[in-house]
Amino acid sequence: MIEVEQLTKRYAGHTAVDDLSFTVARGEVVGFLGPNGAGKTTTMRILSCFLPATSGAARVAGFDVFSQSLEVRRRVGYMPENTPLYGDLRVEEFLTYRAALRGLDAARTRRRLGDVLELCSLRHMSRRIIGHLSKGYRQRVGLADALLHEPELLILDEPTIGLDPGQIREVRELINRLGGKHTVLLSSHILPEVEAACSRVIIINRGRIAASGTPAELVRRSSASDVLRVELGADQTEAAAALREIAGVSEVTAAGVVDGWVSFTVRVGAEADPREAIFQLATTRGWKLRELSRRTPSLEEVFVDIIHADHR
Amino acid sequence: MRTLSALILRELKALFYSPIAYVVLCLVLALSGLNFYLIVSAFSAGPTPVTVVEAFFNTGAFWFSFFAIFPLITMRLYAEEFRAGTYELLQTAPVRDWQIVVAKFTGAYLFFLMLWLPTALYFGLYRWIAREQASPALGNYFGTYVLLAMMGAFFVSIGCLASVLTKNQVIAAILSFVAVAVIFNFSILGFVVPNLSPGIRRVLSYFSSVEHMYEFNRGILSTGPVIYYLSGAFLLQYLTHAVLQYRRWKL
Repeated sequence: MIEVEQLTKRYAGHTAVDDLSFTVARGEVVGFLGPNGAGKTTTMRILSCFLPATSGAARVAGFDVFSQSLEVRRRVGYMPENTPLYGDLRVEEFLTYRAALRGLDAARTRRRLGDVLELCSLRHMSRRIIGHLSKGYRQRVGLADALLHEPELLILDEPTIGLDPGQIREVRELINRLGGKHTVLLSSHILPEVEAACSRVIIINRGRIAASGTPAELVRRSSASDVLRVELGADQTEAAAALREIAGVSEVTAAGVVDGWVSFTVRVGAEADPREAIFQLATTRGWKLRELSRRTPSLEEVFVDIIHADHR
Repeated sequence: MRTLSALILRELKALFYSPIAYVVLCLVLALSGLNFYLIVSAFSAGPTPVTVVEAFFNTGAFWFSFFAIFPLITMRLYAEEFRAGTYELLQTAPVRDWQIVVAKFTGAYLFFLMLWLPTALYFGLYRWIAREQASPALGNYFGTYVLLAMMGAFFVSIGCLASVLTKNQVIAAILSFVAVAVIFNFSILGFVVPNLSPGIRRVLSYFSSVEHMYEFNRGILSTGPVIYYLSGAFLLQYLTHAVLQYRRWKL
């Protein structure tokens, strides 16, 4: 659905997007993650035909965003950051206007208007003036606008920014319902939200892809997951020395002694899992073992880890 | 066509949903009402060498209201959309740049034409009450309103170009005000500066809206002003479109 090849966007003095390549298949819900200024918005703006790229190519549904921009724009529902809207129009009036711009006929406009108002829980607000709406409702109007023409691809730039937790959940559920029928590319820096809504995550940093995969894959691949916690009833120096001997262990740090229990943080090499060997060690030495666990990091830790690694 | 009419309707709504339309309507109605009152008072005092129509469109009150409206009705056209970010919505919708340019111009231009409808009523009123024509020939009315329409197209286009150049409405208004004022001063220059060479005087009169009005009031449809205003309007709209394209591809 989306093919991006060696996309680069330079502004005077800095490169916002640097040789970016990725693809998104039909029906995928992809989360675009990255710190502020990583190039998320720029990439989305290029895909929605708002900005031209400096070099490289981007195609949506097989159409080039530069040379076949009108075809792309017909197929994309784009919700810009901060959802700019005409504050002087009523919700219904705004959506009808937008439908006309997309070339929907009167019957289809009526039908789709009902659908999106329902879908975005806006029916009771349809006669309100947009300028008088709260942030959450404005956000929903933006989303309704993006969905109006049943686009093949939805590009949502920070769809939940400024919403309260209840509204965030609603938007997330909405996006979940859209997946499958539409292809969705959304950006966010609220990580649990991305974890819940997206089938795939692309982490970009300084205009480049730092990591990409399903949330589970990223967690598994992350070096933040290569840490074991071990708590032993043993002598600290002796136990530390013995732990270091085990194959796959790269670093052992004692985290402290409480009531004769020593806790260790054991860093292991990638793909190594010496938990069984540690258990064996404890039984042969006759040490008591109270905790032996591999920590599953949150996507947030993975994210921080990847961004840090990228900066080193 | 549906896209274009939706865009034009949106422009008209934007005008009438904001106070600007009403401020401009009040200004023009007040000034032209006063203008008409003063002229009729002067006419009732004794015979005059000019017709009511000629007098009406040659007073300071008319020219002031005429030139003051362009910055007001055009300043928000593009600048407001750039500032509010709604231009992003417009540009990512399947709409061509020329459709935007045509719609923005047409919206402001239709409003401009609307402003002068009441003046026709004045002349009707004059005929009804004074039992005398405001102007002896139909051609005089025709010439006058054709010129008004052409000048409107030209000056609205100046405002469009000023607005597309900035995201600040005040700057857009100042730009178009200065441009309109400079062009209008060509009209005055010929009268106030003594000892101008005939060549310069001829050039100035070519650009002089006041002199054009004087001719068209009498039903003389000369081709000079027609070409000047219409080609000017076209050129300015072309430049506006070029700036829009530049913004799209170079930003």
